[in-house]
Amino acid sequence: MQRTQKNARIKLRSNDQRRDNEQLFRAMKNWWKFLGIGLLLLASIAALRIPLAPALVHVSPDRIAPGTTDITITGYNTAFTSGALVKLVNEEQQVCATSVSVLDASHLTARFEVPAGMKANLTDVSVDDLIYTGALFTEGLGAGITSAVCPETYPAPASFTFPNRSILYESIRNLHFHVPMWFTMIVLMGISVFQSIKVLGNNSLDNDLAAEMAARIGLVFCVLGLITGALWARATWGAFWTNDVKLNGAAVTGLIYVAYLVLRGSVQDAHKRARLAAIYNIFAFMLLVLFLFVVPRLNAIDSLHPGNGGNSGFNDLDMDNSLRSIFYPAVLGWILVGCWMYDLRVRAARLANNLDR
Amino acid sequence: MKVSALCSAVWFSLRGVCSTNGEGGPPTFVPVKPGEIAALLRLEVALDLRQRAAWAGMLLYVVSAVYVCYLAVKGGLGLATWNALFWIILLFAAFNALTRSFQREDAGRQLYLYTLVDPRSVILARAIYNAASMVVLSLLSLLVYSLLLGTEVLENADLLQFVLAVVLGGIGFAAVLTLISAIAARAGNGIGLMAILGFPLVLPLLLTVMRASKLALDGVAWSITSTYFGGLVLLDVITITLAWILFPYLWRD
Repeated sequence: MQRTQKNARIKLRSNDQRRDNEQLFRAMKNWWKFLGIGLLLLASIAALRIPLAPALVHVSPDRIAPGTTDITITGYNTAFTSGALVKLVNEEQQVCATSVSVLDASHLTARFEVPAGMKANLTDVSVDDLIYTGALFTEGLGAGITSAVCPETYPAPASFTFPNRSILYESIRNLHFHVPMWFTMIVLMGISVFQSIKVLGNNSLDNDLAAEMAARIGLVFCVLGLITGALWARATWGAFWTNDVKLNGAAVTGLIYVAYLVLRGSVQDAHKRARLAAIYNIFAFMLLVLFLFVVPRLNAIDSLHPGNGGNSGFNDLDMDNSLRSIFYPAVLGWILVGCWMYDLRVRAARLANNLDR
Repeated sequence: MKVSALCSAVWFSLRGVCSTNGEGGPPTFVPVKPGEIAALLRLEVALDLRQRAAWAGMLLYVVSAVYVCYLAVKGGLGLATWNALFWIILLFAAFNALTRSFQREDAGRQLYLYTLVDPRSVILARAIYNAASMVVLSLLSLLVYSLLLGTEVLENADLLQFVLAVVLGGIGFAAVLTLISAIAARAGNGIGLMAILGFPLVLPLLLTVMRASKLALDGVAWSITSTYFGGLVLLDVITITLAWILFPYLWRD
């Protein structure tokens, strides 16, 4: 009697344990969702919070002539101190400031005795280790001056910052939102085509459902990419829409998948719809790949995007790797969250189908 | 992803070939059957000769479109605009002409063909026939267009290159729109759906061919334009191959 009770208790406990294990296993199975959320949160917070590197953004006046000149220098995210070492650099020659008065952390005025006979048209301004290239238009050119020996400047301690680029400035943060949208869209459209190919092989309505949901979520990311891109383009290129290879590609992608959904909507019979949609999806995706990767090679010169048409690409942009270390987690996070959205939509649609039945 | 998707498509298509051809003997891989294609081409020609009104309608469409442009613009077109307008007219003419391709087929004839021939022969024959008719239509459009809107633009042009661009463009339109026409006809909502489905897919071709013909009008040397013509041929070939792989799945119902 006692023995059976004990056995039952043991069985009960082991059942509990099994249930715990099962729950743990279920949670483990969803590890990629946690990873996606984590990466996304981390990358988004980092993308918004990490400061830009200090830089010199403005000098006034913008030209120098021989004689005593006061130059006001404006910095961004800088911490000017009264000991700041300011100098003019004209090719190899340099001129040290005779006096420096710091107004606040990002403004200072420096006085120079500008000599006549500098060589180059444009003179750079340097404060400590920051350099503003081509800041000043130089008058009274000549064969060159004897270079002054200014005190050595020490590089500021390295900190984790985003590159401070003219034109881009703070909008560089958008890299971590705009570009992952397109990566995620391509992945989802790839899933959609993969499911469509399976539909042609086995005529399964379930795969058809998956293909449709992947295309729908992909379209959501297409729209998000267009919005973030349009805002970025307005800030940097001056217009919401430009005639650019990648923008045409994005527009065509959007049109193709809207057409795909219209095609689905206009066929009543489920099996026929599955087959027609799959054929269109595969055909369209292959032509889209051609459009995105072959046609731009033919018309090679007209893109404003980095990495195209003589613009510097990613490698040049982040020499300190700070952008990259946020960008890759952001891409992975968005892709995982996109896949999760797709997974949820498929499961919801399956449940709805079962309820109908 | 791109490569693996393509591989799977090829794999499924091969399986399709083996299973359809494997009934009357050992499974053999017979991609193209010239005899069937020739017979189907003769059928297409005979059908078109029977419905001459359709061809007349297409020609009238092109002439009216060109005439409307002529009235709207009244001469004095720059080179770029001349080129753009020509391709827009041709694009819509292509949609108008190729919608017919599968639209005119009734269920009875389709079933009859289905029992007789390989679907791949059907799509190849249709594509070839449509390409030929598009070439004729494009060249006729070019004739009417240059008659009405003036030939000053063609003075510096490399005519051979321009005609080649027109021919390759016509073939490309036919290649893309044949399969789309089949899908739209199957979906049972012909003309509206055809435009929606086809428009984004002809864009890569349209952009390339417009660029090529613009360069030809500028009289640029072959060494520069040859990449564009190579690209056009590549696009045409890939499109027809895709249609050839995918059509059998559309055909059986």
